[in-house]
Amino acid sequence: MCDDCGCALPPGGTAQAYSPSPRTDAVPLLRRLLEGNDAQARHNRRHFDAHGVLAVNLMSSPGSGKTALLEATIDALRGEYRIGVIEGDLETENDAARIRARGAPARQITTGTACHLDAAMVHRALHGFPLHDLDLLFIENVGNLVCPASFDLGQHCDVVLLSVTEGDDKPAKYPVMFRAADLLLLTKSDLLDVLDDFDARRAESHLRELASAAPVFALSARKSLGMQPWLDWLRERLEAR
Amino acid sequence: MHELAVCQALISQVRDIALERGATGVSGIRVALGPLSGVEPALLQSAYTLARAGTLASDAALTIVVPPLRVRCRQCGAESQARPNRLLCPACGSHDTRVLSGDEMILESLSLTFSGAVSHV
Repeated sequence: MCDDCGCALPPGGTAQAYSPSPRTDAVPLLRRLLEGNDAQARHNRRHFDAHGVLAVNLMSSPGSGKTALLEATIDALRGEYRIGVIEGDLETENDAARIRARGAPARQITTGTACHLDAAMVHRALHGFPLHDLDLLFIENVGNLVCPASFDLGQHCDVVLLSVTEGDDKPAKYPVMFRAADLLLLTKSDLLDVLDDFDARRAESHLRELASAAPVFALSARKSLGMQPWLDWLRERLEAR
Repeated sequence: MHELAVCQALISQVRDIALERGATGVSGIRVALGPLSGVEPALLQSAYTLARAGTLASDAALTIVVPPLRVRCRQCGAESQARPNRLLCPACGSHDTRVLSGDEMILESLSLTFSGAVSHV
């Protein structure tokens, strides 16, 4: 018995206690499992705050139009705000190249097999990144509706994209991800006319069932439809920095 | 499958705590994973059998407890059980609720072993 719980040890100051056989102590902790990542995320956030940069984390399935949204946003806010992008993908520099082609600085993180970005990856990508020349930093997370939701990167807000080709019940299927959203964007809204099974109101009602008060905007970056509420939402946060 | 990454973070945290306290081994790890934590207990358990090999925790049993998902309504004050995709107040139907438990991802406790003649507690 006493070998298990240590109850045979002298009471009070037990330092240097003689213990001829191995014993086990139960140590209560209550620490967050991702404490290391959280500490790194707080460090990143201090970096952003020190530079007066608003950091926005974009999360969605692959192919929902995150990069297309960023291209259109960079074009729309040109001359008004200075934008930089950190891109997360398993492989290729393709997305960073698309952003640079729009004249904005971009850093590509290739995660190999990792299905999400973490705070340490973002920190490494920030080295040498011109934060002092930026107002707004987008972090385009790896396309995935599960894993990225668990890792704080140091962002100020989370924007989740749901393309209308994916199905309006995604918030009910992936509650952890959609619950994290400060804003939900229904993308590729120009396709709504040819899709008979996506109901924007149903998508919003699934989001509300997660006790989320996040605004929901439908837009099409490619066809420049409904971009104004999204741009105003960004402006509001940029002014509040 | 981010459970392996979560598991590696867990094992590195366990190692730091064990070394800090002068333990020679770890015999048990107790973790709480809420239904809204985003981590699947069964996947964490199988990732753990891979991640613990060759570490201080190589013989440690991992116990995962799943706290109930409970919400409190900010409108009517009711406290209720909820489901991950239905966090509304079942009493009054309000969307304005707060999760009381069920989104945690916490290292609750460790069982540390101490061997040798002298141990520093």
